[in-house]
Amino acid sequence: MRPRRALRVLAALAALAAAVPAADSAAQGGSGAWAIVGGTVHTLGPAGTIENATVVISGGRIQAVGRDVAVPPGAREIDARGKVVTPGLFDSMSAIGAVEISLEESTRDFATEQPRLGAAFRVADAINPRSTLIPVNRIEGLTRALVAPRATTGPIAGRAATIHLGGGDPVTDPAAALVVALGEEGAERAGGSRAAALALLAEALEDARDYARHRAAWERAERRPYAPSRLDLEALQPVIAGEVPIAAQVERASDLLAALRLAREQKVRLVLVGGAEAHLVARELAAAGVPVVLDPLANLPESFESLAATLENAARLDAAGVAVAFTSGESHNGRNLRQGAGNAVAHGLPWEAGLAAMTRVPARLWGLDSYGTLEPGKDADVVVWDGDPLEVTTAAERVFIRGEAVPMVSRQTLLRDRYRDLGGPLPPAYDKP
Amino acid sequence: MTSGPRGLAWALAALLASGCATAGAPPAADRPAAPGAEKNPYPSTYRPLPSGTTLIRGATVLTGTGTQLDGADVLIQDGRIAAVEEGLAAPEGAEVIDAAGRWVTPGLIDVHSHLGVYPSPSISATSDGNEATSPVASRVWAEHSVWPQDPGFPRALAGGVTALHALPGSANLIGGRGVTLKNVPSRTVQGMKFPGAPYTLKMACGENPKRVYGRRNQAPSTRMGNVAGYRQAFLDAAEYKRNRDRAERGGESGGRGGGGRAGGREGGRDLGMETLVGVLDGEILVQMHCYRAEEMAVILDMAREMGFGVTAFHHAVEAYKIADLLAKEDVCGAMWADWWGFKLEAFDGVRENIALVDAAGGCAIVHSDSERGIQRLNQEAAKAMAAGNRAGLYVTRAEAIRWVTANPAKAIGIAGETGTLEPGKAADVVIWSGDPFSVYAHADRVYVDGAPVYDRTDAALQPVTDFELGILPAGEEE
Repeated sequence: MRPRRALRVLAALAALAAAVPAADSAAQGGSGAWAIVGGTVHTLGPAGTIENATVVISGGRIQAVGRDVAVPPGAREIDARGKVVTPGLFDSMSAIGAVEISLEESTRDFATEQPRLGAAFRVADAINPRSTLIPVNRIEGLTRALVAPRATTGPIAGRAATIHLGGGDPVTDPAAALVVALGEEGAERAGGSRAAALALLAEALEDARDYARHRAAWERAERRPYAPSRLDLEALQPVIAGEVPIAAQVERASDLLAALRLAREQKVRLVLVGGAEAHLVARELAAAGVPVVLDPLANLPESFESLAATLENAARLDAAGVAVAFTSGESHNGRNLRQGAGNAVAHGLPWEAGLAAMTRVPARLWGLDSYGTLEPGKDADVVVWDGDPLEVTTAAERVFIRGEAVPMVSRQTLLRDRYRDLGGPLPPAYDKP
Repeated sequence: MTSGPRGLAWALAALLASGCATAGAPPAADRPAAPGAEKNPYPSTYRPLPSGTTLIRGATVLTGTGTQLDGADVLIQDGRIAAVEEGLAAPEGAEVIDAAGRWVTPGLIDVHSHLGVYPSPSISATSDGNEATSPVASRVWAEHSVWPQDPGFPRALAGGVTALHALPGSANLIGGRGVTLKNVPSRTVQGMKFPGAPYTLKMACGENPKRVYGRRNQAPSTRMGNVAGYRQAFLDAAEYKRNRDRAERGGESGGRGGGGRAGGREGGRDLGMETLVGVLDGEILVQMHCYRAEEMAVILDMAREMGFGVTAFHHAVEAYKIADLLAKEDVCGAMWADWWGFKLEAFDGVRENIALVDAAGGCAIVHSDSERGIQRLNQEAAKAMAAGNRAGLYVTRAEAIRWVTANPAKAIGIAGETGTLEPGKAADVVIWSGDPFSVYAHADRVYVDGAPVYDRTDAALQPVTDFELGILPAGEEE
């Protein structure tokens, strides 16, 4: 942080101090200035891991991180001695906010049967910031997610959004990636062959490029018809410009290589999602600089495209120099992302890479400059853990999202508290914790 | 209810699911049509793998009886636990394993698995877990669907699972018999069947049966339709039983069914009725898939009305709301650590469910219902334990290990044989690289009946199914 800016911040904090009581309880939320003091801080940035460090938060951002950082006057102080401090975690493939009850169609918005919408389908427009999934997951340290559409009528699912799980508008980028299904699922959507899915995708990209060059002629009906609709062609423009990556769901080694070829020919950015057999082609992926989003727990030959699935996938990719990010593979329990990371580490992935796969790496994949590390100036997504965050017995004690302390309450904690002690004089319905 | 990013599985298909032999250890080869043979026509042919005398030295031992022993020795002889105490002397010829810094537990038991009936790969050709053609399918037996070459079995073994209960799915009100298996490789399902384990019956409450049949405009289409379906089935079974008993008193051939169900075959056997009568006779243990509190309470009364008992509620996402009732009725709850929200009846899931059932004095079980989850039952128990402790329920590791060992053994009627490290019990044992309640712990070695059946560092003790043998080019095998 530049010193002059620091001074301005301190002045602002001093002004704030008068209004803000210093008291603080775990269930209480709120913004303002905070100092998390004495923890082991994993910055994921150049400063690495700092023992006995202080993290100062205000104005929604991280103001300072380090051992000799003073607690600004008026800042609420959190004693983090013996605790572990990390950035909030990011699930790189989710439907949080776009689903409430998986089996209830009326609560599912991550897919459309409308065949006219391909790339133009933007799941961001359906996201509900009041979803019960958000508090359930954020009180356990999940603060960000890529909310992805699912392919139904063709291999192109639509555009995924990045969201935060704090207050206010959750969408940070409504079009962070174009999601496509290749491999078996793509084959099913494209009419029965994985080759058909690749051809349809290539056709859409080529049409989008032609449209970009000849838009005026097309408007005058002086250009050949395109396979995608006008809305789809517009939505594809940032993809062919290389601004937005294609997130391709693909598992089999040969499908991964086919996706690499397509990306090279079409000059588009590629992120591979799933990648059960990615470790078989790790060298090719590393050479192409293409990252993989994977579920570390996917180790069964669940289909004929994942015969080589292994718990060592992440470790082998990382060792080969492939950037790896994690997904929990589910929305309601995105909070279990870190259990997957722990298992990846138990099967050979370096611990720091396990944490990075839920923080710094997804920030880079999905174009979030303001998140992913604990460095001054970044969004203050900060979690105070009561131990190793990759350990299954560890819990988040405090969670900040963009500088706001999250109330440590969810529908689940309220139900627990209602039924914690049975046998009171009145039915549980009168107990409103 | 989850799958990897491949399926973006939040749009899941909620097929959940939930038997064994009544007689004791079966006679070996030839099976004469002895009296009672129809109760055990597919007897276990399981034989323990080769074993010797083993002394595991200096481990932290969770016995499964609620006790933790530090620096203790476990002696295995003749396939049985011979002793668990400090400072045991190694018998002549014993293999001595230095387990200082390591932990030892009973073999883990999954009371709710679909391995073998819904195996990997998960394709239509292998989908053998739900006979969803009529809501009362008491005639079917899960063991007749089990594929012993399911790659899920050796993976579960690597997670320390030594026994599992494979169940039919939950599409039906009465889904059929479950089967209790030893997690050992075998060419036949009979070679995996747990000798002497009682048969079980899978039944299901709630959304699944009413959804499956309701959308075919068939009964049941409502929860009240579900309950009517169980009641009528057991009323029919009671009549079948009366006819059978009358026929037996009249001197007809022993055990033959007497028919008597409307439209039944006079004097002939009815497979479905035989299973339900087995429940009424108390020989077959009822395993009831049920999520919601009020439904579990109705089922308890329904079972009482019909003259049988429920052994365990499976999934039981709302068990914490009636933990006192479950404890009073002595019915086990087999639960997930944290699954919720995949359907409405799972909307009220809480992390403390298992610990709250345990704290009320009930029989709490961590189950998987998942080919992935079964590999990490210890981690699931760890999450549930930690949640309970944060809620002030004071669960120790020595207690929590019972959720995946002694309690599931009780729920499937094999507690006399396995589930604890007590002298005389089968030596189903796991040596863990460290605290099994840590994500970083590995099952280093697994014993079934005293035989080493898995070793993490010895490829010779890592079974591979036929399915996976040579399916990848040489050099690419896992």
